Amino acid sequence: MLDPFLAPLAGGVLIGLASGGLYLLAGEIAGITGIARSALIGPARGWQAAFIAGLLAAGLAAAWAKGPALVAGIEQTSLPVMVLAGLLVGLGTDIGNGCTSGHGVCGLSRLSRRSLAAVAVFMAAAATTVYLVRHAGVL
Amino acid sequence: MKIAIGFIAGLTFGLGLALSGMTSPDRVLGFLDIAGAWDPSLAFVMGGAVLTALPLFALARRRTTPLAGAAFDQPPTTLIDRRLISGAVLFGIGWGLAGICPGPALVDLAIAPGQTLAFVSAMIAGLLASAWWRRRAG
Repeated sequence: MLDPFLAPLAGGVLIGLASGGLYLLAGEIAGITGIARSALIGPARGWQAAFIAGLLAAGLAAAWAKGPALVAGIEQTSLPVMVLAGLLVGLGTDIGNGCTSGHGVCGLSRLSRRSLAAVAVFMAAAATTVYLVRHAGVL
Repeated sequence: MKIAIGFIAGLTFGLGLALSGMTSPDRVLGFLDIAGAWDPSLAFVMGGAVLTALPLFALARRRTTPLAGAAFDQPPTTLIDRRLISGAVLFGIGWGLAGICPGPALVDLAIAPGQTLAFVSAMIAGLLASAWWRRRAG
């Protein structure tokens, strides 16, 4: 088992390599929302579908290596909340044009003020939601 | 070529997510729970990712074309408007409810399809609904 801070850091380095590498090599932004949208409804679909296939292949390889501990906690959210959360994530990332990868990793690495604003807002909204659910009895 | 780059980038990205702990809602919610038993370790994911990608984006800025592509994708706007903020608020609420954001959702789908399918289906429905609205309005 890696040190609790070392594994997140190493994982982050891999994510940074993938994002920066995709931009430097292919000129494309590794924003999962935009990639998923293009893979589903275009306009271009080829490399986006390949990226999604890579994400899924990584999931299969990781599950084979480490098992269900990787998704610890996923069973604790009830089905209605899962559906509501998924809907909000899909709507919000399309309306705001980016998520943790597009605005977070790529936007911050491009020194975009627009992305910095988006990251500050979604981090604050997420932390507030967790506070309301866990400490104020909402839901 | 671009297909191969896309697959390798997705694979590396996904392995990074799995290694980092971002695929576990327990870890993500623990990171977001500042008032509880706060687990700051996931800050190192974003930190490591940005510190690694920063020089690669800086290198890209000095070039007119990507190494194996036709042109650099330029985000259409730099505007901080109501649309950006409201989208980020909705996304943040959803992220805080389940502890899953889009990248980990797709990796989790391969690890535990039974427990992730509802989230991913709803996420795709939300994405398509918003894209459809946007097309109709614009």
